[in-house]
Amino acid sequence: MSSEKPNQQYEPVHTNKVGGSPFTGVTGWIDNRLPIIRMFKHEYLDFQVPKSLSYFWSFGGILTICLILLIVTGLSLGMHYKPDAKYAFDSVEKIMRDVNFGWLIRYAHMNLASFFFIAVYLHIFRGLYYGSYKEPRQLMWLIGIVIFFLMMATAFLGYTLPWGQMSYWGATVITNLFSAIPLVGESVVTWLWGDYSVGDAALNRFYVLHWLIAFLIVGVVAFHVIALHIVGSNNPSGIEPKDTRDTVSFSPFTTSKDLVGMLVFLLIFVAVMMYAPNYLGHPDNYIPANPLVTPAHIVPEWYFLPFYAILRSIPDKLMGVIAMVSSIAILGLLPWLDFSKVRSSVFRPIWKQCVFLFVLDFFVLMYIGGAPAEGIYLVIGRIGTAFWFAFFLILAPLVSLIEKPLPMPDSIHEFEEWKKQGKIKTIKLFNR
Amino acid sequence: MKLFFLKFKSITLIVIFVLISNVSFSKESNVQLLKPDWSFNGFFGKFDRASLQRGYQVYKEVCASCHSMSLLSYRNLAEKGGPEFTAEEVKAIASQFEVTDGPNNDGEMFQRSGKPSDRFASPYPNENASRSANGGAYPPDMSVLAKARPGGSDYIYSVLMGYEEKTPENIKLEEGVYYNKYMIGNKIRMANPLSEGVIEYTDGTKASQEQMAKDVVSFLTWAAEPHLEIRKELGFKSVIYLLILTILVYLIKKKIWLRIEPKV
Repeated sequence: MSSEKPNQQYEPVHTNKVGGSPFTGVTGWIDNRLPIIRMFKHEYLDFQVPKSLSYFWSFGGILTICLILLIVTGLSLGMHYKPDAKYAFDSVEKIMRDVNFGWLIRYAHMNLASFFFIAVYLHIFRGLYYGSYKEPRQLMWLIGIVIFFLMMATAFLGYTLPWGQMSYWGATVITNLFSAIPLVGESVVTWLWGDYSVGDAALNRFYVLHWLIAFLIVGVVAFHVIALHIVGSNNPSGIEPKDTRDTVSFSPFTTSKDLVGMLVFLLIFVAVMMYAPNYLGHPDNYIPANPLVTPAHIVPEWYFLPFYAILRSIPDKLMGVIAMVSSIAILGLLPWLDFSKVRSSVFRPIWKQCVFLFVLDFFVLMYIGGAPAEGIYLVIGRIGTAFWFAFFLILAPLVSLIEKPLPMPDSIHEFEEWKKQGKIKTIKLFNR
Repeated sequence: MKLFFLKFKSITLIVIFVLISNVSFSKESNVQLLKPDWSFNGFFGKFDRASLQRGYQVYKEVCASCHSMSLLSYRNLAEKGGPEFTAEEVKAIASQFEVTDGPNNDGEMFQRSGKPSDRFASPYPNENASRSANGGAYPPDMSVLAKARPGGSDYIYSVLMGYEEKTPENIKLEEGVYYNKYMIGNKIRMANPLSEGVIEYTDGTKASQEQMAKDVVSFLTWAAEPHLEIRKELGFKSVIYLLILTILVYLIKKKIWLRIEPKV
């Protein structure tokens, strides 16, 4: 009983795709079976990148290096650290005192977290200023925001691990934010703690989650990079490359330039780590956690201060939490709120000023986040919060509508010509 | 209109600069701390061995009657970059203390004299005993104290030097509370610990209040940051190394980019 009919045509199937490698010998043998070598060549050696990239485009590479170093140092720390409310503080001190170069590994991990945020803020600023979030890079921008949220989560969890006073009280304040959820809030908080207060159970799971999220970041970063290799890099002109006059190959041009950027960043990082390792931290975190003594001011790490200021500027707890979360999530709407056809702020006189005002607002809020929530600070914080949202919801669409962009060159190589002729002003330091 | 807008960039830069140069957000006290010229400050900072050894003596004879230093072991006193007592001296120091060890084969705890591997003996068995002996106040463990206060070493030094005979009239003190010019909140439950002549230095240095404060703060700074010297040494080397490497890589980069941007 065969259902086969004579003369029927079947689609051929190729389950065996071995072959197609441009390499020979052992390299070719491997590449025919696992095409990562040709992929690497294609994506990292021959990959075409706009010629006009400034050092602002080094931060992607810098962040990758930071992430790798964080994982390596974190792995070493994890071999000595004990996630137990009784032993955590002392185990960190043991690393600082008795483990060979433990102090170096721990200070590196601690300061890398701060420098990771410095780099990511500059990376985001680059995106805002040069319109890197616009068509066709919206998804990449959204993935970036996911990474930023994960970074904040893992940084917060990591800060709780030394189990100092700020660890403990920071954890108490932040986890308590979940109690703002209507109806189930209290239960959610108890569930998160695994107890009726922040304690041993919480510390243990924070440690596990700190690891988990670190590796989630690696995964999402992979998506971010894959997306980058599909849409290509934006550049200071905001104009898409058209022919070979506009681009250079990734290696050796971009790699050599990125390496300079990375080394300068590393130099500053090493100088801070070696000469002021605790400058970016809070002295209270060298006091062991004590549930009975509340610190005079509970202050989060510096990189959370702007968002902490937004949280505190809203009198209602639930609304405060919503405002804080949406102050970051709103970045995801920017590709649609800013519908100007021009990407780069170089040609957008009004938007350029708005971006600088936004940066100013970021730093003002950072200051307010560290100051007591009272009097004039509260007023400034509220104005700052209002401006933060107005930047996205009002300024972005409004400026797209009324702004008249400056005359633009037709291509990247013409943009470079204009730069040489002084028709376009750029920050020299970032182009060397 | 345009001029007004152009200023935002500069204003932003100025604000960033002010923020970075003045990060002490939570200023709890507006009093200017005393800032002695510490030998361990600066790019090549090193501890003064003699001062650390004297500082240990101050700790042992004065502070240790109330303050523990539970994260330190006697062996640390011989380690490089610290007071650098000799191994014999450390053995002698450790043996002055009684340590509870055990259980032995009969299941009994027993007393023995201290060994270099033992932690510093604590004055009280637990925090409650310490509080009960000190009128409710808990003398903090001093292992990382120099890193646990805003102002660090300068702050501890200032507090030690900040006892004044006369209490300002607007401050009312309860029994067992003392006025201190630099202490956060200006009230402290510790009486001035370093009165003139409270100890006699074994090396013959005159034990003035200032000298003792300086020595003991140096000691506490070392205790909190035992690898400070190697850190600064390594820091200098790595910064120089990275600086040269950066310049070389920059020159290579310049050369590579000449391939597409020939000099005019």
